[in-house]
Amino acid sequence: MTPPLLEAVGISKRFGGVQALKAVSLTIREGEIYGLIGPNGAGKTTFFNVLTGLYPRDAGEVLFAGRPLPLGNPAAVNRAGVARTFQNIRLFAHMTALENVMVGRHGRTRAGMLGAVLRTATVRAEETAIRQRAEELLHYVGIGALAGSLAKHLSYGDQRRLEIARALATDPRLLALDEPAAGMNAAETAALGGIIRNLRDDGLAVLLIEHDVKLVMELCDRVAVLDYGEKLIEDIPGAVRRHPKVIEAYLGSAA
Amino acid sequence: MSVPHLWQRLRNEAVTTSRIHRPLLLVGCTLLIALPFLVGLGFGPAWVRVLDFVLLYILLALGLNIVVGFAGLLDLGYVAFFGVGAYVYALLASPHLTSHFPAIAALFPAGLHGPLWLLLPLGALVAGVFGILLGAPTLRLRGDYLAIVTLGFGEIIRIFLNNLYQPVNITNGAQGITQIDGLRVGPLALDRGLDLFGLRFSSLHLHYYLFLALAMLVVFISLRLQDSRIGRAWVAIREDEIAAKACGINTRNVKLAAFAMGASFGGIAGGLFAGFQEFVSPESFQLIDSIMILCMVVLGGMGHVPGVILGAVLLTVLPELFRFGAGPAQQWLFGRVVVEPEALRMLLFGLTLVVVMLLRPAGLWPEPRHRRELAQ
Ligand SMILES: Nc1ncnc2c1ncn2[C@@H]1O[C@H](COP(=O)(O)OP(=O)(O)OP(=O)(O)O)[C@@H](O)[C@H]1O
Ligand SMILES: [Mg+2]
Repeated sequence: MTPPLLEAVGISKRFGGVQALKAVSLTIREGEIYGLIGPNGAGKTTFFNVLTGLYPRDAGEVLFAGRPLPLGNPAAVNRAGVARTFQNIRLFAHMTALENVMVGRHGRTRAGMLGAVLRTATVRAEETAIRQRAEELLHYVGIGALAGSLAKHLSYGDQRRLEIARALATDPRLLALDEPAAGMNAAETAALGGIIRNLRDDGLAVLLIEHDVKLVMELCDRVAVLDYGEKLIEDIPGAVRRHPKVIEAYLGSAA
Repeated sequence: MSVPHLWQRLRNEAVTTSRIHRPLLLVGCTLLIALPFLVGLGFGPAWVRVLDFVLLYILLALGLNIVVGFAGLLDLGYVAFFGVGAYVYALLASPHLTSHFPAIAALFPAGLHGPLWLLLPLGALVAGVFGILLGAPTLRLRGDYLAIVTLGFGEIIRIFLNNLYQPVNITNGAQGITQIDGLRVGPLALDRGLDLFGLRFSSLHLHYYLFLALAMLVVFISLRLQDSRIGRAWVAIREDEIAAKACGINTRNVKLAAFAMGASFGGIAGGLFAGFQEFVSPESFQLIDSIMILCMVVLGGMGHVPGVILGAVLLTVLPELFRFGAGPAQQWLFGRVVVEPEALRMLLFGLTLVVVMLLRPAGLWPEPRHRRELAQ
């Protein structure tokens, strides 16, 4: 068995009186789709925010590809290979779809201010490469035709796709998606499932928070359940679905 | 990359663009070259002077536009960088330092007369460093809070300039620095004027051409930066700083780059101002001046280079129009001057701002993408 891509150990996070995460540990393997589910307020988004460096943690460490992830520094986490989308979509509203994805290339490119002003051959080549990659990614998520539209004018579903394209532009090894199907209709959700599968087939690991249980059970190789900041279980979907604690905490209330 | 090589590249670019709208470019250039003569003949030399100031304010407004317009960082102390540039020039091209510091006098027996090609870049550099120094503590602040802190920094610089005359006299305090060398381009002293081809180029004309050249350089730099990796990162930070971080942007460095770049434009304008006036004092670098430059950016259209230029032109010319026009207009209307022109000037000016902002909240000439949005 290959060593895990990501190994989170004992992540804790408290907001005032709320213990949002209680020593959560989990491992994600190379190239798997890993589901993170749980009722509202269980701490899923908080886990993402700690993992991607947006919230300082109270305790815990994360190893990524064998190295400690620089928690507390979102840009460094991203450059280490973890990209994310946001539950409440955070696009650059007044930039075009293409520009949004081009911004995603920032951490993987070099041109500085002097280069921008002089526009040397190297800089122009880099700029062309950025644009090409961004166009490819827009096509990859199926919104190639919308490259020139402002992000804020896209439909909800297309905005979610654009966020995925922007995250992919940072060349991640792990893509963390926070409720990507929220607000999508059945057809859009199915298309999203296709994209996520393609990503896995291309060798990416995906960490997926999703309330659409059907989607999670269909897609994921393994699923972890959070409840009140605690990990209840981590197993293959079939086992998770039948677990009594899970049925009580989550599926019971949904079914 | 060698200088001739670079020049070749810039020229190639210029040629490609001119091929697209060559007639327009030709007319525009001719107009810009003839402008001081047209204005001088039509309205008198006072207005050529206004023209010179228009160009200085374009430099300032484009500098502030990098910080406020591109990166979305509200800066209310911008004039400090103008001041820094002005004092760099003033101190290194005037008898002030040599007459107060014997050691410096011994080093420069012929007096301190820094050449323009050295002092302008130096002023830009020093202002840029100040931009980083003042920007660094504000990195976590946004909006109103950032505005208040930068306002404070702007005042601190002015107060320093006002008080750094004891125990050692560095800035000569409120009296300012006099006897500053006029601007010289090679052998040409701009303040002497020039007779060429039977034409009389006055001091104001010659300054106009120098300022025009630098304004065009700054426009060029602004446009290049806007359409670049760094320019996109600035806009990303303006739009959503958290998302920008999540995209791998080191927001600290990118913000500091904006502060430094914006400040350096201010530093260049400051050097030109000091050499043009041949006198500087802290009085020229007050909060109201920062606000005025910010108004140019906002009124013209934040982040849109042509809009910002328009804002700088209008807000320099309009107050002068009110100043020159208010007296005669009242004579003509009422037969006497009812309200003092100076008082009316600020009143009309404020009114213009309010009306424009009500009718065109994104500015007179906003970025096309913002226009699109407002039209919806
Ligand atoms: N920035 C914050 N400040 C204070 N409390 C917070 C903050 N973020 C989250 N919380 C709290 O932490 C707990 C976990 O919230 P979190 O957003 O992680 O839940 P979630 O599992 O993502 O829920 P949902 O399915 O509704 O998105 C909640 O009680 C929430 O109120
Ligand atoms: Mg959530």
